[in-house]
Parts: sequence; C-alpha cells; structure tokens
Amino acid sequence: MKAEYADYLRTEMLPTIWCAGCPNGIVLASFIRAVKRGFERDKTVVVSGIGCSGRITQYLDFETVHTTHGRALAFATGIKLAKPELNVVVFMGDGDAVAIGGNHFIHACRRNIDLTAVVINNSLYGMTGGQLAPTTPEGAKTKTSPYGNVERPFDIAKLAIAAGASYVARFTAYQPRWIEKAIFEAMQHHGFSVVEVVTGCPTHQRIKPADLLKHLKENFRRRDNVSLDEIQPTDIGVFKKEVMEEFCEKIEKLRMYVRKGENKENV
Amino acid sequence: MEMELIQGNEAAVRGAINAGCNFFAGYPITPSSEIAHGMAELLPKFGGVFIQMEDEIASISAVIGASMAGAVAMTATSGPGFSLMQEGMGYAAITESPVVIFNVMRAGPSTGIPTAPSQGDAMQARYGSHGDYPIVVLAPASVKDMYYLTVEAFKIAFRFSTPVIVLSDEIVGHMRESVALPPLGEIESYEKRAKNLIDGRRRHRTGLVHTENGLPTTDLEEYEKLLRLLFAKFDDFRPMVRFEGEEGVLFVAYGSSYRLAKSSAKLLAEKGVSAGILKLESLFPFPEDAVRRYSKKADLVVVPEMNAGQVVKEVERVCCCRVKGVSYFGSLILPEKLVEIVEGEL
Repeated sequence: MKAEYADYLRTEMLPTIWCAGCPNGIVLASFIRAVKRGFERDKTVVVSGIGCSGRITQYLDFETVHTTHGRALAFATGIKLAKPELNVVVFMGDGDAVAIGGNHFIHACRRNIDLTAVVINNSLYGMTGGQLAPTTPEGAKTKTSPYGNVERPFDIAKLAIAAGASYVARFTAYQPRWIEKAIFEAMQHHGFSVVEVVTGCPTHQRIKPADLLKHLKENFRRRDNVSLDEIQPTDIGVFKKEVMEEFCEKIEKLRMYVRKGENKENV
Repeated sequence: MEMELIQGNEAAVRGAINAGCNFFAGYPITPSSEIAHGMAELLPKFGGVFIQMEDEIASISAVIGASMAGAVAMTATSGPGFSLMQEGMGYAAITESPVVIFNVMRAGPSTGIPTAPSQGDAMQARYGSHGDYPIVVLAPASVKDMYYLTVEAFKIAFRFSTPVIVLSDEIVGHMRESVALPPLGEIESYEKRAKNLIDGRRRHRTGLVHTENGLPTTDLEEYEKLLRLLFAKFDDFRPMVRFEGEEGVLFVAYGSSYRLAKSSAKLLAEKGVSAGILKLESLFPFPEDAVRRYSKKADLVVVPEMNAGQVVKEVERVCCCRVKGVSYFGSLILPEKLVEIVEGEL
C-alpha cells in the first residue's frame, strides 16, 4: 500500500472485509486523495450506513460514525446541525441510500443541508448475499429475482436532482480521478451534494473484476450538465452544480432573527 | 418561585431548556406535540437547534448524531413513534450516547386511541430494541415531575453516557397544575461527559459489537466484556423511589397511576385501613431492592396500571408477599373502585 494512503487508514483493521476485486477500495482511495487536496482531516467526520459500503468508516483514520441501515444521512444531519464547522461526508450503498434510507435521502436533498453523500451503487445487496436492490436493472437475475427482476430501477442521480440536491455527479469505478475530483468538489460545495459511484459486485454478479472495469469503461459516456429529463443510466459526469441557500445557514439566520429581532425578510 | 398554571408537556420543555438542551429533532404526534411546539419556539432563542425530521427514525438518529457532535439533545414522541425509535434506542445504548427520549404514552397497540392515555409502553421502554442492553426509564406523575425528572434525565444521560427515556403519558402530559417551578432560563450546571464525543480523537462509533477503542469485533470474549460493561455502568445508579403513608397495604405505582394510588390510600385510611405508596420515579433499572424492602412490611402489594399488567410482573418477581395487579385501559379508574378491589382482597 502506498504511504499516501496508510497515514489515513486504521492499518490495524486491514485487510478489509471486502472480497478480492471489490471496487469499494477505489472509492475509499479516491476519498482519501480528495481530502488530501485541501481538507483538514480532524475537521472531517465520515459517516456510513450498513452494508459493504458501510464498513468504509472502520478503515478510515478519521472521526467516524458507522450508523444504522439507511439512517446515515439522518445521523449526519444531527452532526452537521450541532457543529456546522465540520465537513461531513456520508458513505452509503444503493440499498442503504434509496431503499431503506430513501426517505432520509430525499429529505436531505430537499433541505439542501451541507453534507456530501457518496452513494456506492453496485446495484444489489452484497453483504447479505446478492439480493435485488431498487437499482437492479429490469430483468437482472439476483438471489431474490431468480427469474429476472420485474421491478423498474431508480436512477440515483436523477432522484437526487429531482429531490433538490444542489450538486449531483455520477462516475464509475473505472474513473478514480474523476471520483476524487467529484468528491473534492462536492465537499467544497456549500449545500447537499451527491456523488454516485457506479461499481458492481464481482462476487454476486459473477464477473471477473477486470471484466467489470472493462464494462464500466465501455458502457458509460461522460455528459456534463445534462438536463434531468435527458440523463441516461449510462451517463456520467457532473449533472448539477447550483448555488442555493444552505440549510444550516438558514437555521443560523433564523436564530439571529429570533434572538436579535433582525429583519424577517432575511429569514 | 411563583405559582403558575402550566401544562405537563410545557413543564418538560422548560425542564429541557433549563437542563441545557440545545438540540431537538422530532416528528409530530399526539399527545407529545406540545413538547415539539415549545422547543421550536424556545430553542432558537436559547441558541439551539430545532428540526422537524421526516419521521421518528430520522428524529432519534439526528438526536444521536447531534449528541456525538456535542449537543445536549432530545426528542419526544408517543407510542407509534416510540416503536419506530427502537432501532435508534439500541444504537444509542451500544454507542453509549447520552440522549433523552420522551414518550408521552397513548392507548395502543398500533394507532390505538391517539388522545387516550395509557401505560402500555412500560416494558417496551425497557426491552423494546433487540438484543441485551440496559436503559434508564423515568416516570413522571405530575407537572412538577415533568420538570424535575426531565432535568434529572439529562443529568443521568451524561453521568452514565446512556439514553434515558422519560415515560410520561397523556394524562401527565396534557394536564395543567398550579406549581412553582424554576423560571425559564435558570440553567442547571452539571458535568456533561460523553464517551463518543467528536473531538478530533479519531474515534470510531458503531452499532456493531466493538472493543474499547470503538472498532468492531466478532470476538465472543469482547462481546461479553462489552455487554457486562454496559450493564455494570448502572451498579452506581441510585433508584428514585419515594415512600409515603403507612405500613399495611402497599401500592407500588408510577406515572399517572401514582395519582390514583395516592387518592386510594387516603380513602383507605379514612376507612381505617392503613396504606402506603411506593412511587417509582425511576422505573428501570427496576428498583428491586426498594420494592423488596418495602413489600416485606406489607400485608398486600397492589400495582395499579393503565395496561394489561406489565410492571406488576416485575413487582411479583421481587416480592415474597401477595401481589395484586389492577388493570384499566384508556383512563384511570375512580379511587373508590380501586379501594373496592383492594378491600375484596383483604
């Protein structure tokens, strides 16, 4: 392992529990590089949910919170509101973020609270054995869709945009530098930011890691600033980057108004 | 302190503010909503944060998160919301997060009767989340209790680094009493220690079984060690019980049922039957020693409860004498009725 990562990891926890060839490590390393680009480690709190992705926090030598399934954003909302000076980055899986945590996800988007949500989308539940997720493509066979998935999948990036997130990007595990840049931009962004990282699961999709990366390389195309209606599941890029009033600031303004009777127009 | 006419839920709000509470996350539900109303009005004035979350699961999660970031945090709910919060309750217990959870009980199960009182969540408060964990449950019986037990709840939460449940009910929450309470803004000072504070020590917090450094483990010895430590914390917990009256018939009562027991003991005394009341202000950890000690001198122990009989089973467990549980639903019964039942047992 490169020294540039070792200093940011709890090396006593290694090796990770992830399967050989799991793209989660690519996301982990991209995050570390993003932080090293200009964020103070001890002002950064990393929060995660449950599942393979949720284990990211146990390896990161940061202030870390491994929460309950789906609730990472709700915990992070509390952390950010109590200490707005912290950078709060939330790692979730696709099932974590938009199935069990779907409600918290859309409401965090709606509030535009200054959190960075990194959604690692492998389109299934890996930790529990490879079941159907709300991101599983129609027709795909999983442990709980042995005859093919009859449900329509969510597009996480589109869901985030529609629900009001102010920064939304999607990349795949094949583009670690782009992931790094997107996480960096998302952390700099003042508002709710979502970075979806399309990965895949070599173990449960029974695909060789190299073939998975080849698939991600060949089947996704970069199209930045595409409008909500035009985003295709195979599009990657920064889809939305908009300056909108951030939630913690609004809370602070409200407090100023209530305490000092400042002009209500500003609230 | 001046006398004033104030509602139970309002007294809880004042207690919370005066205990230094500066973070509230909640979701509207009858009959606890007045607590959210009060916090929404007052927290910004006191420099705190009020947020209405998308549901009760999010509410308790935000409260735990805020507490980790150094806030003095609470939420308030009622039965259905309390059920949703059980997941967070277990997480708060295993991560040793000092948070206060109000449950203003209403008639259940399920949606039940939202406007009717109940004590049906007593055992849920103790055992509601999965797995083994200890928890502190306080049971206010009056508007005055709503104030003082709320303050106490925060002190206990920080002293033991634990979630504390204030188990109120619709009667106590909604009734108004003339009481003398410390004024709003008379902030209590006490030590606020939190084991898992986000303070740059790069600690990990997890709902997984973990070692002392916070990192997850599946080692069974570590698992046992963690559980034993969680429980052992409360060896120092001093149960909050009050005895009043005389030896004879002993009422063991908590919450609004204490009020019924008190009137009934008075009625019995008038009839020449001596009676006393052991009021349980802390319901869990169950005050076994106190209940056992007082029951030894009793001819009969009576446990009136607004449920099908929950805490009576705890009382039966620790008492050697005869224990009579009296159940009623959605309302207290008249003291005359309880006295009649007691007399039938004598």
